[in-house]
Formats: sequence, structure tokens, C-alpha cells
Amino acid sequence: MFATAIIVFRETLEAALFVGIMAAATRGLTGRSRWLTAGVLVGGIGAMALAAGAEHISALADGVGQDLVNAGILGVALAMLAWHCVWVSNQGAQIAAEVRSLGTSFKQGQRAPWALMIVVALSVLREGAETVLFVAGYASGSGSTGTLIGAFAGVLCGSAMGALIYLGLSRVPVQRMFAVTNTLILLLAASIASQLARALSQAGLISAWGQPLWDTSALLRVDSPMGTLAHALVGYEAQPTGLQLAFYAVAIFALVSGSRWVRRTHTRRRAAVALRIPAGV
Amino acid sequence: MTRPHFFLSSCVGALISASFLASGAFAAELELLLVIKNHRFEPAELKVPAGQRVKLVVHNQDSTAEEFESHDLNREKIVPPGAKASIFIGPLKAGRYTFFGEYNEATAKGVVISE
Repeated sequence: MFATAIIVFRETLEAALFVGIMAAATRGLTGRSRWLTAGVLVGGIGAMALAAGAEHISALADGVGQDLVNAGILGVALAMLAWHCVWVSNQGAQIAAEVRSLGTSFKQGQRAPWALMIVVALSVLREGAETVLFVAGYASGSGSTGTLIGAFAGVLCGSAMGALIYLGLSRVPVQRMFAVTNTLILLLAASIASQLARALSQAGLISAWGQPLWDTSALLRVDSPMGTLAHALVGYEAQPTGLQLAFYAVAIFALVSGSRWVRRTHTRRRAAVALRIPAGV
Repeated sequence: MTRPHFFLSSCVGALISASFLASGAFAAELELLLVIKNHRFEPAELKVPAGQRVKLVVHNQDSTAEEFESHDLNREKIVPPGAKASIFIGPLKAGRYTFFGEYNEATAKGVVISE
């Protein structure tokens, strides 16, 4: 029962932190609870479908079907987070700046946070499918009640961590909140890129740079409580491969420079409009 | 009249040599079977040649799912009950690389020995 709770907690944690951070990032957005709930529900239903088809998927593509499905999920999630980091977060930052200068109440408006909703759904889908697969097997034999209680406790504790990070982020003043949530989302994106690198080398699609570069498991084991948290939040690995590190670094570089570029063109355009000069001159 | 024949036969020749090359590439890849039974890995010790990519085929014969996990190999993969899943590892330096089943850590333990 206890072992079940810990395994389910580990699987739930990443998705729960994801949802917590996304909830904080969409603060002040009309109808965001509806979007988030929809994301979690769609992801949950998808997780059950994915778990039901797991045996079939596993056999696909000569035994690497699961890695290909994972790589697809991670790739789409990465694209959505990149979209958010590069375009949407700049709008949010502008709104926060206006709040500061005008002293108006904080409202992000009506725009639909569909990119974040898809990310939430995909995160729940991936982690949820593993949980369902695990629990389904052990809940059918003897000691099924214990397994179910353990699983329930694990989901509860994982969700509590998600709620905790949301409450913590809610205490950050509005002016600084975007900087904080954007940094967290950037690190989540980099972490997803590194997981994508592993899925690709595990499936045998990329065999370059597969050796671990270092081993910090003596300092922080990845299966310790702190290590689990660091893995879920910033993608900590005790023994990262060169490929994972490259994916991580490229994701950070691409998102930061992309976001800067969009901000610069925005400010230039705004300055041009203020001076009544046609934009793009 | 001899020209199309020449062209055809060279095409066929190219195809044959290409398929030989392809099958040669596959044959060069070592494939090892790892069975999960009663929450244990069989064999618990796998010997692989160093510096060569290896395909592990994990066959889960239990009625419960298992997650093949190895920090040393940087691998993590769920194997549904009754399913077979392939995991590519290496090329590895010589050494010992432990792996375990995350859902049954007490019993499901093993090691890849690269030499």
C-alpha cells in the first residue's frame, strides 16, 4: 500500500506541478478554471485510452511504439510551451506593465489559453497513462483494496504539491509574477526537451551522444524526494547524456532569444506608432 | 537491345546489394532477450560487448505492468503485462550498469555487464 502510494505520487507529481504552474500563469484570465479543468479531464480520458491500448502500442514499430508515442506527446508539448514563451508571455508582460503604470485592476482579458490547456492535457495524458497501467495491474489481484487506497493517497499527495506551488506563486506580486512563471515554464520546456532526447535515443532513432556526461547521484539521487522534485521542476538528471544536455541548452537558447526578438519588434512597432511613423521603416 | 538489359540488371544488382547492406546493418546489431517473470528479471545478468549498440527486447510475462528503469543506462520504459518492448542501449564503455523494475524494486533487479 505504502509502496503503491509512493509510485503513484511520483507519477502524479510532475503533472500536478505542471497544472499548478499553468494555473498561476493564467491568473486573471477569464474562465481559466474552465480551461484548466477541461485540460485535466481531456488528459485523464486520454490516459485511460492510452493505457487500454498500451499492449498494442508497445508492439508497434518493432517494440518502440511507446517511445514514438511519447516523443510525439513531448514534441507537441514542447511546441505549445515554446509558443507560450515566445508570443503569449510577452502580451502578459505588457499587460502587467500597464497595470503598474495605470494602476488598473489586473485582468488578462478574454483570450483563450489553448496552448497551455493542450500542455496540461498532454502532461496529464502521459503521466496518467503510466499511473493507470500500474494501478490496473495491481488492483485486480489480492490486496486490491490496499493498492487502491495507496493509489488514492498518492494522487492526493501529488495534487497537494500542485496546489502548494500554485498557492506559493499566488503570493508573488503581480508585477513580478510573469517573470517567475515564465522562468518556470521555460525550465519545464527545457526539461521536456531533455525527456524528448531520451525517448529518441531509447527508440534507437538517435545513437549519438548517448553516454552520460557526469554522475551527481552521490550529491542528489534522482529518486530521492528532493531529486524527484528537482526532476519534475527543472528536469534534473543525475546522469544526463550529451544529447539530453544539448536538447536542454538548445531549448533554453531558442526560447529566450525568440522571446527577446518578439519583444524587440513589438517595442519598435509601438514606438513607430507613437511617432506616427509607419511600422517597419 | 542489350542496353535495357544492362540497365535492368544493374538496377537489380543495386537492389540486391542494398538489401544485403541493410540486412547486414541489422544483423550487426546484437539483440538480447530479457524476460520479466514473477517480478524478477531473467537473466539477471546480461553480458554485452563494449562500444556497440544493443537492442534489449523486454518480455513481460507477468499479469502486471513493470517499468524497466536504469539510472546508469539512462533508460526508463513501461512494459505492459504480456507485452514485448524494445530498448536500445549503448554503445557502452566497459563497466557495470544496474537496472531495476520500478514497480517491484525489491525483487526485480539486474545488471548489464559491458566488456
